[in-house]
Amino acid sequence: MRFIPALALAAAVLLSGAGVVCAQENLESLRGKTPINQEIRTDNMFRPEKDQDLIPRNFQKQPPLIPHNIKGYNITQNFNKCMDCHSKERAEETGATLVAKSHYLDREDKKHANISPRRYFCMQCHVPQFDAKPLVENTYKPAAK
Amino acid sequence: MMSLKKYMPAWVMRVGLVTVLLLFAAGIVFWGGFNWALEETNKEEFCISCHEMKENVFKEYQNTVHYTNRTGVRATCPDCHVPKEWGPKLVRKIQASNEIFHKMLGTIDTPEKFNAKRAQLAQNEWNRMKANDSQECRNCHRYDYMDYTEQGNRAAKQHPQAFIDGKTCIDCHKGIAHQLPAIDQHIGAQNEGAALISHGEKPEVKSAEEKK
Repeated sequence: MRFIPALALAAAVLLSGAGVVCAQENLESLRGKTPINQEIRTDNMFRPEKDQDLIPRNFQKQPPLIPHNIKGYNITQNFNKCMDCHSKERAEETGATLVAKSHYLDREDKKHANISPRRYFCMQCHVPQFDAKPLVENTYKPAAK
Repeated sequence: MMSLKKYMPAWVMRVGLVTVLLLFAAGIVFWGGFNWALEETNKEEFCISCHEMKENVFKEYQNTVHYTNRTGVRATCPDCHVPKEWGPKLVRKIQASNEIFHKMLGTIDTPEKFNAKRAQLAQNEWNRMKANDSQECRNCHRYDYMDYTEQGNRAAKQHPQAFIDGKTCIDCHKGIAHQLPAIDQHIGAQNEGAALISHGEKPEVKSAEEKK
């Protein structure tokens, strides 16, 4: 009687092994099924959209979209490339959209002289646009300006 | 020999024709060798043979448009950091002996030491480029030949105005090939020792701001 659990365990191991094999056959990464030693077709690469005028918002309080290419614009501990133009000190000269007042509030709604650290990483909310077409049909209609 | 002697100046007669010819040949060899040495030390392989350059600035540079881009046109270290004209080039080469001295001292031989000095190193280079009107940028990028219709909206707006204001490339294009040191951008608690950078603007406005 003792060997029945052992048998069950062995069966389970075999089955799960088979399951893993199955899963591996069905697995598909972003590369598709291209073997690691082959180049993938690159015709599905998206390009950033050209510089354009301000993009209207689609809903209230939507973080405005970035209407320009941001290639090579890094945000590091030492330097925030976005704020090189969009900060209070620089916006007038560069003609960039000024950072909103809400960005000067900390989480206790206290106003500071400088942007709040929680707003430092601009691209957490503001995103640039690429020429990617929607993958599925979208019936959403802009709800606000 | 007698016929040749007639044409020889007195000083050639004094030191001897063979000596004069040997000196002439030696001159060619030394001058050629000197220029060869100048060119050998003006190559990227030479620059990154020091780990100070290879592990810090060269690595950062590999992510930028001057290293890899659509058309494959590249700028190497000396294209930006060593003047092309003979006089300024020699001056820069002589100044570089100070860099050899600090290489021997090991002033920036770890990334930590390098980053501690980054503000000073960057400021030296910014000052040099400001002083020569960004000549090394303009060796390739010339204002006169810029087609603003081909530039992006922002560039097409900023460039003509900047040139009217008498600005030079480095006034705005800092940190395009290497990482910047800590910069005081007035956007958060100021990092200790953060550098103030100029955008090539009106100094009198700036001093008024500082008084406040």
